[in-house]
Amino acid sequence: MRVVAAMSGGVDSAVAAARAVDAGHDVTGVHLALSRNPRSYRSGARGCCSIEDAGDARRAADALGIPFYVWDMSEEFADHVVDDFIAEYTAGRTPNPCLRCNEKIKFAAVLDRALALGFDAVATGHYAQLETAPDGTIEMHRAIDHGKDQSYVLGVLTQQQLAHSLFPLGDTTKDVVRVEAAARGIQVAQKPDSHDICFIPDGDNAGWLGEKLGPKPGTVVDEHGAVLREHDGAYAFTIGQRRGLRLGVPADDGKPRFVLDIEPVSGTVTVGPREALLVDALECIKPLWCGTAPTETLDCTVQLRAHGDEHRARVSVTGEVVHVELIDPASGIAPGQACVIYDGTRVVGSATISATSRVAVS
Amino acid sequence: MTPTSRTAYLDHAATTPMVPEAIAAMAEQLAVTGNASSLHSSGRAARRTVEEARELIAERFGARPSEVVFCSGGTEANNLAIKGMYWSRLAQQPARRRIVFSSIEHHALLDPVTWLAQHEGAEVEMTPVDKQGRIVVDDLRAAVERDPSSVSAVTTMWANNEMGTIQPISDVVAIARAHDIPVHSDAVQAAGYVPLDFAASGLDAMTVTAHKLGGPVGVGALVIARELEATPLLHGGGQERDLRSGTVSTALIAAFAAAVDVTIGHQRETVARIEGLRRRLVEGIVAAVPDAIVNGDPEPGSDHRLPNIAHVTFPGCEGDAMLMLFDAQGIECSTGSACAAGVPQPSHVLLAMGYDDVAARGSLRFSLGHTSTEADVDRVLAALPAVHQRARRASLVRSGS
Repeated sequence: MRVVAAMSGGVDSAVAAARAVDAGHDVTGVHLALSRNPRSYRSGARGCCSIEDAGDARRAADALGIPFYVWDMSEEFADHVVDDFIAEYTAGRTPNPCLRCNEKIKFAAVLDRALALGFDAVATGHYAQLETAPDGTIEMHRAIDHGKDQSYVLGVLTQQQLAHSLFPLGDTTKDVVRVEAAARGIQVAQKPDSHDICFIPDGDNAGWLGEKLGPKPGTVVDEHGAVLREHDGAYAFTIGQRRGLRLGVPADDGKPRFVLDIEPVSGTVTVGPREALLVDALECIKPLWCGTAPTETLDCTVQLRAHGDEHRARVSVTGEVVHVELIDPASGIAPGQACVIYDGTRVVGSATISATSRVAVS
Repeated sequence: MTPTSRTAYLDHAATTPMVPEAIAAMAEQLAVTGNASSLHSSGRAARRTVEEARELIAERFGARPSEVVFCSGGTEANNLAIKGMYWSRLAQQPARRRIVFSSIEHHALLDPVTWLAQHEGAEVEMTPVDKQGRIVVDDLRAAVERDPSSVSAVTTMWANNEMGTIQPISDVVAIARAHDIPVHSDAVQAAGYVPLDFAASGLDAMTVTAHKLGGPVGVGALVIARELEATPLLHGGGQERDLRSGTVSTALIAAFAAAVDVTIGHQRETVARIEGLRRRLVEGIVAAVPDAIVNGDPEPGSDHRLPNIAHVTFPGCEGDAMLMLFDAQGIECSTGSACAAGVPQPSHVLLAMGYDDVAARGSLRFSLGHTSTEADVDRVLAALPAVHQRARRASLVRSGS
């Protein structure tokens, strides 16, 4: 096959490209230029958007002896990922930009362009496994390395997208990938993993949003509506947040308080005790099924954030709405987050959380 | 490296293969020890090689030997010319803060001028070009004559690097001369393809570089009139007329001269042959892709267009997609866009010519040279239909997303 290997400049995508070459594919390395004003050097825990990262990707391609190009996806990235991130926060939701990037950029804009240009597939360094079921359905499973598993941020991919995707690292642990990179002479073998949101330079999400959105004053209130303090913008808060609330006065019971709710129009942030964070039911919209939609109630597990815990759940579907009953309640769940549904290691589907129901506090 | 037979190299405007005579001259001199500034026999031998090279290059470009200042190449020569002239004039006449230049200059000229504006108090006056990429002489005249006593220098490239459009240098010189304003021209793309006569041009300074005419990368010259004062950029031993310091590279300079000798010596035949290849290419492109637009001045000749550059817009396609698809088949060309490993920017030159962003991104530059053959051209034409079809499909996918 003719394969585009998306190469961020990190170790995972470099080894994924190398494995695609080993598998006998005709591989072309492509680095995605996502930032309109790339920084010269890498800084902090981001690993894809500086000119230095583009150079690392180029050197990895040299080591593999494959052609290498930079594709400008900065417009698409700004429209579909950055603007979406801002809009979601403005609406009081908590988006996952990496998931959005996979859905709209890597496996949409890039894949579509690759197919149009005569390629057959896109290979990435994501940790997930693909299997073709007897009925032809392409199943996605968690990676062998559960600590690195990225099936959650890939749960949005359609069958059509998966049919043209290669994840060569799904059957390998990260340690082995690093060793393999070193053995292959790839210079980024020891480059640190990236964690932060790539387009926020110093990892200060609230500060970045504040710059983009300007001050939007509001209040922080307790469960009974008593005002505890003023704030400059609700976007500085996420549901489940405990640190940095600067409430001044302690709670009546002296226990720590958490953000329970954000009301986007008034900017009111409600805080309360940990117990009040627990939810045991979710309503989700915009489902995407990896195969066919479940026709009856499904006993399964769900994951509600990247690298988050698995929760046992019972899932039923009514039209385009997914009802999730959590047997293991979850805390810190915000509308906007993705709920990815698993049957064992297999991704059943993904949907966006639109509403949560609190555990009744007795 | 000489492009191998598996590569159809059509990017000679980026750099062209060294002529064998230049490789031989360079190899010979690399084996010889001697600093041209040393007083002993080895030093004198090196000096002789350098001075013979200087004389040959001066002769071929219509200059006096003392007017040839060797340096590292086009970027350095342009920096030396524009900064050197600006500082020197400003020291004598503090009112001369204006620099008048065209909107299609290469970054090697545009960026030093911009730097002077940002850091040294220069006032820059960028004059427009027409759709063919040629300076609008009346606009340049108006810019100068608005207040001639405040202009420190005028600079205009001889031939544009993206479309090959040749500029009305004599008109520019006449305008500036009337007010005693020095004129510089970046002739990097023109050298080797059109006759350059420094003395006859009336220019005060002119940039040439070796690797665009069959010499090595890393050496070039600022041809600068003897009476023109310029402030040096590099201070040190003062080797090159006190304008440029640094041990002169005998091997690079010898190779530069060998390339000039061969290339200018055969210029007439080579240009005629290349113009023929270009015609074959352009006609073939338009036959295969009827909506393709060949940009720039269609007229050949040393007052019109370089013989070796064909700049083509493919509506509904992205140049970088076509470049990649051609490259996969061993055909090498350029999008002409500035790309520093990050996001490729649409060329400021094309935007200045009035092309919009989309057209600027949808263009390719094919540039021919002394090693180009009919087979190279035919390979492009054979590959073009499929490349074009795929690139157009990719572009549709993109605009639909």
